[in-house]
Amino acid sequence: MEFFEQLIIPKFNYWIYVILMMIGMRAMIAKNNLVKKLIGMAIFQTAIILFYVSIGVKEGANIPILDHHMMPGEIHGGDPVVVAEFANPLPHVLMLTAIVVGVATLGLALAMSQKIYRAYGTLEEDDILSQIKLEPND
Amino acid sequence: MGEQAPIVIVLAPLFGALLIAFVGIRFKALCLPVTLGALSLSLAATVETFRTVLARGEFVYLLGGWKRLQEGDGISIGIEYRVDTISGLVLLVIAAVSLLVAIYSRTRVVADTPDRVPYYYMLYLLLVAGLAGMTITNDAFNLYVLLEISSLTSYALIAVGSRRAVLSAFNYVIMGTIGASFYLLGIGYLYIKTGVLNMQDIHAVIIANDLAESPSIRVASVLILMGVWIKMAFFPLHAWLPNAYSYSPTTTGALMAPLVTKVMIYIMIRMMVTVFGLDYSFRATPGMPLHWSNLVVTLSSIAIVAGSVMALSRRDLKKMLTYIIIAEVGYMVGGAWLANEKGMTGAVYHIVSDAFMTLCLFLAVGVIIARTGQSRIEGMNGLFKKMPLTMAAFTIGALSMIGLPPTCGFFSKWYLVGAGIEAGQWHYVGALLFSSLMNAVIFFRIFEMAYFPKEVNEAEPACFDPDAHPLETLEKTPSSMAIPLWISAVTLIVLGVFNYTIVQWIASALQSLNFFPAAG
Repeated sequence: MEFFEQLIIPKFNYWIYVILMMIGMRAMIAKNNLVKKLIGMAIFQTAIILFYVSIGVKEGANIPILDHHMMPGEIHGGDPVVVAEFANPLPHVLMLTAIVVGVATLGLALAMSQKIYRAYGTLEEDDILSQIKLEPND
Repeated sequence: MGEQAPIVIVLAPLFGALLIAFVGIRFKALCLPVTLGALSLSLAATVETFRTVLARGEFVYLLGGWKRLQEGDGISIGIEYRVDTISGLVLLVIAAVSLLVAIYSRTRVVADTPDRVPYYYMLYLLLVAGLAGMTITNDAFNLYVLLEISSLTSYALIAVGSRRAVLSAFNYVIMGTIGASFYLLGIGYLYIKTGVLNMQDIHAVIIANDLAESPSIRVASVLILMGVWIKMAFFPLHAWLPNAYSYSPTTTGALMAPLVTKVMIYIMIRMMVTVFGLDYSFRATPGMPLHWSNLVVTLSSIAIVAGSVMALSRRDLKKMLTYIIIAEVGYMVGGAWLANEKGMTGAVYHIVSDAFMTLCLFLAVGVIIARTGQSRIEGMNGLFKKMPLTMAAFTIGALSMIGLPPTCGFFSKWYLVGAGIEAGQWHYVGALLFSSLMNAVIFFRIFEMAYFPKEVNEAEPACFDPDAHPLETLEKTPSSMAIPLWISAVTLIVLGVFNYTIVQWIASALQSLNFFPAAG
């Protein structure tokens, strides 16, 4: 019980991202079908995005948008801007880039799997490898 | 250019790629001139930056003029480019190698990928922009983005090769994504603890708040190391490299083999030196039975031996070279982790010399494939008579790989062996010598075959993937291929002769990075 209270519940976001990441990694390494590998890759990358998004979150915080008359350091209605009231936007912004990278990687890999299918007529890795063994090559 | 030179290094190839997208697709003849122009501009900017660095030390460039919050010690809010002599040397290597390979590619790209010339050069320039950006940037997340730019373009550049290339590129995508994601994850952990992304600032925050013992930082260092090791094909994680480089088009292999792994090694050194600090990297961790530096040097000894043995067992020239690269990666990782200044210097010097050795050998093999239509070792029978100049350049590259003076391969090995002795890592010294002997066996086997032709019945038909290359063999080596090959071969000797100067430059950068021989 103590284990749950101290390690699982306060850090559940890390647990979820690690579990998702391991699911994705297993699919990338162990699956035989190339498209399944790519699905694993998407899960893997999404897990990391989830990790980043969760570290920017603060309890009870608002979206990080300031009114134009609420510049940092200035007084608004008697109160200066409190950083703790706003979620940290930086990890979220970083993840916009990472999402774009993930989409580009996925698109490129799907195009490659299409090309592989045209060349070998299958997307099962062991079928492709057995075809390659028959080719006169090193 | 002056003050703006560092940004030109990255922007020239980037805008060159855009220019090809607009102009080159319609006028195919303009693709190569645009590429050469962009790369020459990049090289000029690199030389200018390097001269500035030599004259006045570290060169800091603020992107968009975003200044630090307080002058001096405040944290930075924008992206910084930072060039010291080490990154300057790596940038010079990138600019020079990419320009040489671009010249070399004049006939090859048309022969390998006739209908995709503009796209090929676009990807080529983007890859160079990514590699240069990774080397020059001082922002950990910016580095990730540029890492992905260079990875994405290299996947595509490999996949346009022969039939087998697509599958090897696919495996590279899987491995490369795991590597880059590990790096990203490590940066995430660093960001949780420090709240900054600038490499210098991360280090400053770790030191100021005494975070070195924190498990998060430990996890971050392991994740980042794993990420860059996968990307540089450090031995147990090397499986993607041989096929990807040997089935790719000639030009891709010649561009990627010298640059990609070396830049990743530079990134590793950068992480060790700038982000975590040498004290953190080399010190024995209390409560951990293993000494990090011992562990990594042991791993790299294994990598060197394994790479050499696997190279010996290959009958295909390109495959053999790719396994030699894996052994060379072991040299550099081991040298960097020897925990003394000599080792770090030797590792950086070996980055420079190994880039040109690999370039020279890959260019020579490219010429051999273009002339004979195959890359089997058996096919080199009597090649000295057929193409003496190419084989002479190949010989210089091979001697440098073996480590004979006055080529640069000898001097970098000299520094690494000296550092290994100084650190008392005898297995590393042994592995280096073993690998030199192996290289000697590998290359002298080829020399024997090429110099003393055996009377055999016709060499067996070409095994170099028949359906990708219509095996038209050239009668004469085009000068666009011969000149870069010879420049790279001469560079090997020049680098060897001027090794002392280069080592002095590297040492000056290590001093300004507060290098001290970690005790114990």
